[in-house]
Amino acid sequence: MNNKKAGSKIKSSWDTKLFNIIGYTLVAFFSLSCIIPFYLVLTGSFTDEKWILTKGYSFWLTRESFSLEGYKTVFRTPQTILSAYGVTVFVTVVGTVLAILLVTMTGYVLSRQDFPWKNGFSFFFFFTTLFSGGLVPWYLLCTQYLHFKNHLFALIIPGAFSVWNMIVAKSFMKGIPNELVESAKIDGAGDFLIYYRIMMPLSKPMIATLSLFTALGYWNDWYNCMLFISDDRLYNLQYTLQNLLKSAEFITKIAYEQGRSVASVPSESMKLAMTVVAIGPIIMLYPFLQKYFVKGMTIGSVKG
Amino acid sequence: MKAKQKKNIPKRSFIKDVKKNRTLLLMLLVPVSMTILFCYIPMPGVIIAFKKYNYMDGIFGSPWVGLENFQYLLISKKLWQLTRNTLLYNIVFIFFGTVTEVAFAIILNEMMHLKFKKIAQSFMFLPHFISWVVVATIMLNIFGDHGVLNQIMNSLGLENYNIYAYENAKSWPIVMVALKIWKSTGYGSVVYLAAIVGINPEINEAAKIDGANIWQRIWNITIPCLKPTIIIMTLLAVGGIFRGDFGMFYQLVKGQHLLETSDVLDTYIYRVMMSSSNMGWSAAAGLYQSVLCFITINTVNFIVKKVDPDYSLY
Repeated sequence: MNNKKAGSKIKSSWDTKLFNIIGYTLVAFFSLSCIIPFYLVLTGSFTDEKWILTKGYSFWLTRESFSLEGYKTVFRTPQTILSAYGVTVFVTVVGTVLAILLVTMTGYVLSRQDFPWKNGFSFFFFFTTLFSGGLVPWYLLCTQYLHFKNHLFALIIPGAFSVWNMIVAKSFMKGIPNELVESAKIDGAGDFLIYYRIMMPLSKPMIATLSLFTALGYWNDWYNCMLFISDDRLYNLQYTLQNLLKSAEFITKIAYEQGRSVASVPSESMKLAMTVVAIGPIIMLYPFLQKYFVKGMTIGSVKG
Repeated sequence: MKAKQKKNIPKRSFIKDVKKNRTLLLMLLVPVSMTILFCYIPMPGVIIAFKKYNYMDGIFGSPWVGLENFQYLLISKKLWQLTRNTLLYNIVFIFFGTVTEVAFAIILNEMMHLKFKKIAQSFMFLPHFISWVVVATIMLNIFGDHGVLNQIMNSLGLENYNIYAYENAKSWPIVMVALKIWKSTGYGSVVYLAAIVGINPEINEAAKIDGANIWQRIWNITIPCLKPTIIIMTLLAVGGIFRGDFGMFYQLVKGQHLLETSDVLDTYIYRVMMSSSNMGWSAAAGLYQSVLCFITINTVNFIVKKVDPDYSLY
């Protein structure tokens, strides 16, 4: 392919055609492989348990294979799922608000040109991304000394202050003209007022993106729940789903609560129904939020 | 960072500075104390790696055992196995991840059909936004006993294939890499797409007039222009090469017998810590990982600084 000299129109268009065929095929194939598993989970959750066990999952739902049994089992004893939803929503909302406040405040202070210790503090925060004591000392601190076990704090606090997000906030705020701060100061505004009335409104795109990522992180979190929570009333959605997948224990519990034999619980379709319940809000909101996620990638790449 | 403020009034007293900046300092109070509490206070805790930890005596009361924990990890060949798995997985992830991300970014950029492009992109992003727990369900849905794969196998008259069985432990690396690419390619390509959009369109126009076809333009213009981005992104990924993706390995791998090919440092540290057989082993592996990470990230930063100081971390 190296030295095709003659750049005749026919040839180049033939090359473009070939490229397009390969390109469109690859993209179509890959994007289908991304979406089909979700579709399969959705149809599977509506499929009759016996149908799954004898004939397997089917791509198309038919009248014979359709069943709501999976969802019925999930919602028959709604305490489990409702409390999990409650925990997840509460943690997501409170955690995101807290995280954004902390991250933007720190970013604002460190972006201030006239703050005398900005380099020192920047290094103080940044160093934690380079070296850490590891999981064991951190875990012992949280459980033995701070008594995080079975407390909602344990789900909120560890993810609340992210140095990376702080750096994004800082570099975004550095891009806001310093004259605004100066003139506000001359007008007699205090440091907090400048943050609250000038920096925050001007940082809306950055705040939107960071909020989305933080909220998504909280929504998808199961790690902190696994480490610190053993009381099943405080389980969040993802952890409930994980338990459902991991153990027969959960099935036994459902069977016991609903007064039926273990064998009669539609475990396969219930797992999928539970998955749909857990990712539902993300998928629903996804088309509207997608552009912010994409923006986030480019905001994040601005270095400070 | 370069211009240190030296124009200030010659006599600057610390107390005056504090007073003047009290609001700003107050705003830093919570983040700083959180960082001290959760990041700096645990750091001396690495001494557990040199102790036989028990809950009764706590971190400082437990007896010292010197390097015994590390010796155990070395002699049992655990350290070697974990390091090998973590490294190999990450190297493969980085390599194939970069190749697919760049390839899709180039293809998406050349696409003329905008509606198709948009829909395809939003499909490709989707896996990035779900947790590994959900990916585990999807995997079960595909590879499980009644899963899609076995259905296809059955309809072709082949025997059931159980990926969770011991004899199939070898196929795990492939599945892992496939899933990793599946989850991160769509979103990862955004960085490269942004870089391609930044290429001066005049170069391409000139090449077109000179008769370069689309392959030649990609090979001689787009890829060379992407080179700095590719190098930087790869180096940054290399900085975390000793950090395994805990969520992925923990959620997807089910069964002790699969650990030989799919146990990474992070999962081992967690498992040993939770089984509480010996905290010291876990802490030793953790310290080993932290030190390796520290060394690699500093080395990488040093190299990045040489390549392009704008991208260096610090």
